[in-house]
Amino acid sequence: MEKVFINSIGSISAQKTFDNNDFLEEITTYEDNVISAIEPNYKDFIPPAAARRMAKGIKMGVVAAKIAIEEANLTNVDAIITGTGMGCVRDSEKFVTAILDNQEQFLTPTSFIQSTHNTVAGQIALGIGCKGYNFTYVHSSVSFESALLDALMQLQTKEAENILIGGVDESGEHTNAIHKLIHHIKPEKINSNKLLQSNTEGAVFGEGANFFVLSNNKQNSSYAQILGVKTFNTLPQSELATNLEEFLKNNNLSVDDIDVLISGNNGDLNFDNYYLELSKGLFKNTQQVYYKHLSGEFNTASSFGFWVGAKILKSQHIPSEITLNTIKSKGFGTVLLYNQYRGKNHSFTLLRQC
Amino acid sequence: MSKGVAITGMGIISAIGNNVAENYRSLIAGRTGISQISKIDTLHKDSIMVGEIEFTNRELEGKLGLSPNNNYSRTALLGAIAAKEAIADAKILDIKAYRTGIISSTSVGGMDMTEKYYYDYLESGDNRRYIEGHHAGDSTEKIAEQLGIDQSLVTTISTACSSAANAIMFGARLIKTGQLDRVIVGGADCLSKFTINGFKTLMILSDTHSTPFDENRKGLNLGEAAAYLVLESEMLVKKENKKVLGYVAGYGNANDAFHQTASSENGDGATLSMEKALTVAGLKPKDIDYINAHGTATGNNDLSEGRAIIRVFGKEVPEFSSTKAFTGHTLAAAGAIEAVYAILSLQNNIIYPNLNFKTPMKEFTLIPETTLKEKVLNTVLSNSLGFGGNCSTLIFSKNP
Amino acid sequence: MSDLKQELKEKIITQLNLEDIAIDEIADNDSLFGDGLGLDSIDALELIVMLDKDYGIKLTDPKEGKKIFESIEVMSNYITTHRTK
Repeated sequence: MEKVFINSIGSISAQKTFDNNDFLEEITTYEDNVISAIEPNYKDFIPPAAARRMAKGIKMGVVAAKIAIEEANLTNVDAIITGTGMGCVRDSEKFVTAILDNQEQFLTPTSFIQSTHNTVAGQIALGIGCKGYNFTYVHSSVSFESALLDALMQLQTKEAENILIGGVDESGEHTNAIHKLIHHIKPEKINSNKLLQSNTEGAVFGEGANFFVLSNNKQNSSYAQILGVKTFNTLPQSELATNLEEFLKNNNLSVDDIDVLISGNNGDLNFDNYYLELSKGLFKNTQQVYYKHLSGEFNTASSFGFWVGAKILKSQHIPSEITLNTIKSKGFGTVLLYNQYRGKNHSFTLLRQC
Repeated sequence: MSKGVAITGMGIISAIGNNVAENYRSLIAGRTGISQISKIDTLHKDSIMVGEIEFTNRELEGKLGLSPNNNYSRTALLGAIAAKEAIADAKILDIKAYRTGIISSTSVGGMDMTEKYYYDYLESGDNRRYIEGHHAGDSTEKIAEQLGIDQSLVTTISTACSSAANAIMFGARLIKTGQLDRVIVGGADCLSKFTINGFKTLMILSDTHSTPFDENRKGLNLGEAAAYLVLESEMLVKKENKKVLGYVAGYGNANDAFHQTASSENGDGATLSMEKALTVAGLKPKDIDYINAHGTATGNNDLSEGRAIIRVFGKEVPEFSSTKAFTGHTLAAAGAIEAVYAILSLQNNIIYPNLNFKTPMKEFTLIPETTLKEKVLNTVLSNSLGFGGNCSTLIFSKNP
Repeated sequence: MSDLKQELKEKIITQLNLEDIAIDEIADNDSLFGDGLGLDSIDALELIVMLDKDYGIKLTDPKEGKKIFESIEVMSNYITTHRTK
């Protein structure tokens, strides 16, 4: 089985992450319950004729992909695999609104066409002329991890050499409004730094796009090696530790081998106990990191966690703003990511310094 | 080349039948499921024809034994019915005895409820339980729950009209690489105002019965359906002495990278996906006995797909037909619906008629089968082509 | 320039999100598709809806649009002859 590496990254998030030379040097602090991505100047990346129909999510995805492909020194890839939990919600909202407000008359096709979940992957392919494998996973908080698993299988078996994967979700006005009504979004505006002390239900919703070129050819510029990923549709809190230990064992590792735990805490009173189970249990003596106070919660927020992991392993540095405890590892060799959303769709991902 | 992946069960619900046996009877009898729309109150009801499933949501909920305050979209209801049939067909008694996952697919997801309660959600709390049912993964989660699949690999693919073919492809890979012992693969999509109006704006909906591969084709009929296959590893099949219905012998996915909705003139993507599938299966074009084409009856698809078929098969194109005139185009589910039909073809050595065909297209000499035909079949190739340039091909075989 | 031509140019720019193009950059006889303004088949569908909604002209076959949308000149002549509102 071939080893698989993260050869490049591209990120657009609620922080200024589109410049790959930075690693959270400038932090934007929010006082809100919905936060937006900080956008680059899209015109620097997408020709106006191509950009004119693209909603924010599509632009974020296309640009993050472009940054990653360029950093990997490639002009094309063998496959494009994306994950998106909610898809192109802005175009979906626009089309539903048009149907309802105009009683099904005088509708135009653009927002319908752009609303399909595979729009981002399709647009990236169109942009670079990639005729290869093109998949889009749409399964809540394991959308990105499903894309990762698919890519891993193809790279390990040498079916492909370079695969672009990414997670992308945009926030939509109506979607946010109704998620406030069912308390998936926090009732109060909260300071980013106090997210985990909120003691209220719901999360701070965000958006973003994080893309990566994965390859079975290591480059000098590679960020990390990917050891494995595993997802679970359900996982009772009582079985979390056992399953995690088994996952580590299957990768010939134990809890002591993990230098950093990157935890998907989003400050939701009802569901952060899963993370506490690990941070106060198996990993109480391990250095811990969190990131959703910077990115917001969205179905593919874990792709931002993956970006954080890749950055830590390459830079061998952890910015103070993301530390969750005071333990300091001597070096950062192996990183474990754990994520779940509302108690469902859990994932473990293992990265190693390369 | 590695061995094919065994299919040990299948389930389906479509406009031509509520289970595998009923679907087969309709196919053999040449009985279409296309009619005027009755369950959605749309402005376009007199100008479109659709493939609608006879049961109401209430009836489907009854069949699944759901409580009245459930939050199942019609997509989830259809999916659960078909997936349960597949599990029963595979004679699975203990789903937890082996590592079992589910890979489903949908394009509509819970949109039927979202469009119904879109403004209502803001005003009243009555139907807010459906908000969580909107996202594409929700129907898959519900199917997993219905089947008792927990603590496992469960995910959803959405690549427009090739979605279910891709779910089958990913499932086959998971078995081949040993990630799972058993995986339920397929897709579900219900009719919705969203897709009816969407395809209407593209001006590719026919106002009458669709006529795939006909010179005078006017566009597609939308349909709703769900279908699932049970894929099992060689180890499991041997150990449990399972009856195998057929094999997923090959698969290929490629992108046309030409246009967001239209296929390229020469069908580059479809050509590539068919070639890849043949390579994976270790087969030559001459080894394919029947092609179940995507054949949506839009001007663009049939021309592009037809040209791709000629590019791959040259002068020796095997018998082919599209079954879309039976079921309508069932979007994300289409690849799974046609996978079930492909297996039934192999089991019964039968090629289905391409209904409503009269006049050959002027661009080429391809003529689909127009009557039911008996032929010894060992391999069936099935295409699914979608928006975003997504092209998928599956090859099913009688033997491993 | 006639009011209708001016109106059509404005509508095309807003409805098709051609934000980088100014009205005076579109000449009456420039071809709207292909090498000219670079519109494509999706734009053609948008324009068909515009004909229906704003001028009461219904097209049933998207192929008809190809000829009508050749240029602002052709479009404006067609609308003048066929408009019902």
